[in-house]
Amino acid sequence: MNSLEMSNCANCPVHNMGNLKKLGIDMSSFDFVVALAGNPNTGKSTVFNYLTGLRQHTGNWPGKTVTRAEGGFEFNDKKFKLVDLPGTYSLLSTSTDEEVARDFILFGQPDVTVIVVDATRLERNLNLVLQILEITNRAVLCLNLMDEARRNGIKVDDRTLSKELGIPVVVTSARQGEGMNELLKMIFEVASGEYICRPYRIKSNSSELNDAIEKLSSEIEKEFSGLPNLRWVALRLLEGDQSIINAIRSGDLGNLKRQELAGIESE
Amino acid sequence: MNNNKFSKESILAAANNLRWEVDENLHDTLMESIYENATSIANKVVKYPDKKQAFSFDRTLDKILTSKYLGFPIMFLILAVVFWITIVGANYPSVFISSVLVDSLHPILKNFADSFMPWWLSGVLIDGAYLAMAWVVSVMLPPMAIFFPVYTLLEDFGYLPRVAFNMDPLYKKVGAHGRQALTMAMGFGCNAAGVVATRVIDSPRERLIAIITNNFSLCNGRWPTQILIATIFIGAAAPAYLAGIASAAAVVFIAVLGITFSLVVSWGLSKTLLKGEASAFSLELPPYRPPRLLQTLYTSLIDRTIFVLWRAVVFALPAGMVIWLVANITIDGISLADHFINWVNPAAFIFGLNGVIILAYIIAIPANEIVIPTVLMLTVANLGLTNLGGGSGVMFEFDSVADTAQILHAGGWTLLTGINLMLFSLLHNPCSTTIYTIYKETKSVKWTVISTFLPILLGLTVTFFVTQLWRIFLS
Repeated sequence: MNSLEMSNCANCPVHNMGNLKKLGIDMSSFDFVVALAGNPNTGKSTVFNYLTGLRQHTGNWPGKTVTRAEGGFEFNDKKFKLVDLPGTYSLLSTSTDEEVARDFILFGQPDVTVIVVDATRLERNLNLVLQILEITNRAVLCLNLMDEARRNGIKVDDRTLSKELGIPVVVTSARQGEGMNELLKMIFEVASGEYICRPYRIKSNSSELNDAIEKLSSEIEKEFSGLPNLRWVALRLLEGDQSIINAIRSGDLGNLKRQELAGIESE
Repeated sequence: MNNNKFSKESILAAANNLRWEVDENLHDTLMESIYENATSIANKVVKYPDKKQAFSFDRTLDKILTSKYLGFPIMFLILAVVFWITIVGANYPSVFISSVLVDSLHPILKNFADSFMPWWLSGVLIDGAYLAMAWVVSVMLPPMAIFFPVYTLLEDFGYLPRVAFNMDPLYKKVGAHGRQALTMAMGFGCNAAGVVATRVIDSPRERLIAIITNNFSLCNGRWPTQILIATIFIGAAAPAYLAGIASAAAVVFIAVLGITFSLVVSWGLSKTLLKGEASAFSLELPPYRPPRLLQTLYTSLIDRTIFVLWRAVVFALPAGMVIWLVANITIDGISLADHFINWVNPAAFIFGLNGVIILAYIIAIPANEIVIPTVLMLTVANLGLTNLGGGSGVMFEFDSVADTAQILHAGGWTLLTGINLMLFSLLHNPCSTTIYTIYKETKSVKWTVISTFLPILLGLTVTFFVTQLWRIFLS
C-alpha cells in the first residue's frame, strides 16, 4: 500500500520537482511566454526568483519592480519565458508602470498570465484580477501569502474562488516555496491548452454602459473578429484611450487576433 | 485598403457617438462595478476571524513607528544603532584582512614581480593596481558585510514604507511627490538604483526633482568614507568610552543632513525651475513580515556586498595605476600629483579641504568607494613618507584605523578637515554610473549637467561657510 502510494506520487508531475529546471536568463528558445502580474508587494518577484533561479531584488515595500524582468525555466520538457511585471492596483489609469503591465498583457500576448494576489487582502486584489480577466482569457490565480493569511486567521475557499473566476487557483506561500509545484502544473496546463479558462466578466448595473459595450463590441468584431478581449477594447474606446485608438488605426489590434489564432492552430 | 481604413474609422466614430449615450462618469461607473463585483466574490470565499486580535500587532507597531512624535526619533535611533553595529563590528575583520592582503601578500608579490619585470611595470601593477584593490577590499568588505544584511533585514521586515510614510508629508510640503521618500530610501543603497526607481513617479516634474535630489542620499560607496572619517576624527575627539556612539551619531547627522538637503533642494526646484503642485498618491503600508534570516544574509552578501565590492575593485585597479603614475611621473623633479596638489592647495584651503582631497575626488569619479584609498595613497606620496610605504605612489601598509589616522594627521589634517571631507562626501557630484543613469532616464543633457554640478556647488558653499565660521569662532 505504502509503496503503491509512493509510486503514484512519484509519477505525478507535481511531486517531481526534478521537472523544474531553472534556466536563469537563458531564454534562447522558448515554447510559452508567462507574465507575472498583480498588486504591488504581493510577492511577484519572489515567485519569479523561485521559478527562474534568478535573484531579482525583493523587498517588503510596494513599487520596487519598475521595469519588467525576464527569465526562463523549463518544466515537463517545455521551455517557458517568465516576465515579471511592475505591480499595479489597476490597469485603467495612465501611469508608466501600469502601461508597462497593461501593454505587455495586451500586446505581448503571454500564453499564460499568472496573477499573484495577497490572500490577506483578497477583496482589493480582486479589482485588478477582474480587469486582467477582461484582457486575457488564459490566466492562473496565485493565491499568495497564505502563511500570513493563516497567521491572521483568514480562510479563503480556493475551490469556490476558482469556480467564480473560471480560472485555476493555486494556494501558495512563495517565500517558503509552498505550492510552487502546483503553480507550475497549472501554468503548464493552461499554456498547453489542457485547462480551458472561462474567465469571469465584469457585470455592470448600468444598462446604458452594458448596451454601449455590446454595440461597440459587435462593431469591432466586424473588423477584428476573434479578438479575445473585445469587451475590454470597447470599454477603453468608450473612455477614449489613445493607445487603443492608435492600435485600431494602425491595425496592431489585428495582430493580436492573428497571434491568438496562430496559437490555437499550433496546438 | 481604403475600405479597411474606412471601417476602422467607423469603429472610432461609433465609439465617439456611444460615448454620449453612456453616463458621463463612465470611469466612475466602471470602477464602481468592478468594486461591487470584487466584493461579492470576496464575500463568497473569504472568512475573517471572529476576533480581529490577530491584526493588533501590526497596528500597534504602526502606531508607534509612524507616530507624530515618536516616528522620527525612532527612525534616527534605528539608523544610529545600525551604524554603531557597523562601526564597532567592522574594525576587527578589517585589521585581519589588511594584514593578510597588504602586510603578508604584498611583499611576496612585489618580490616575485621584481624578479622579472622592469621596475615601472611592477610599480604600476603591484604597488598601484594590486594595493589599491587590497585596500578597497580590507576597508570596504567588513562594513558592507555588516551594514547590508542589517539594512536588508529592515527592508524585509517592512520598515522602509514606514520611513516613507513619515517622510511623505514633508515631501508634499516642498512640492515633491510622496513616493520620492521611497526612491530616496533606495538611494541609501545605490544612487543609480534610486534614479531608476523614480519611474514609480508619474509626473515628469516631480520625477525630475526626485532624480536631481537622489544624490543627497548617502550611497554604499560613501558609507565607508563617512564611517572611517567619523571614527578617526569625531570618535577621537570624544572620550574613549563614547567614541563609538559619537562617531555613529556623526554619521547619522550627515545622513539626516542629506535628507534635509533633499527636502530643501526639492523645495527650491519646485519653486523655480520645476514649478508646480504636488500630486496626490496613495501609499500602502504592507504588513510586517518576519525576515528570513539565512536567506537575507545570503542574498545581501551575494547581491549587494559582493556586487558593490566587485564594482569597487574593478574601478580601483585602473585608479591604482593612475595614482601610481601621477605620483611617479615627474616634471622638473616634482611628480604630476604634487604639481596639482600644490597648485590647488591654496584654493582648497578656503574650503577647509586640501589638494589631495580634490585630486582624489577627480580620480574617484568612477566610484566613490575608492576615495579614501586614493586620499591615503596621495597623502603618502605627497609627503614622501617612504618609511610607511614602499616608495611614492605605493599604498602604505596600514593595519588599523589608528595608522590611517596617523597618516592623515601627518598630512596636516585636522578635525575641521575631517568634518569638511564628510560634508563634501555627502555634497559632490554623483559617480559616473549614476550620471550616466540620469542621462539615460532623463534623455536630457541639461538636467544631467544640473544633477552633476548642483551638489558640487552646494558642497563648496557649505564647506566654505563651515570653514570660515570655524576659523572665526574656534581658532
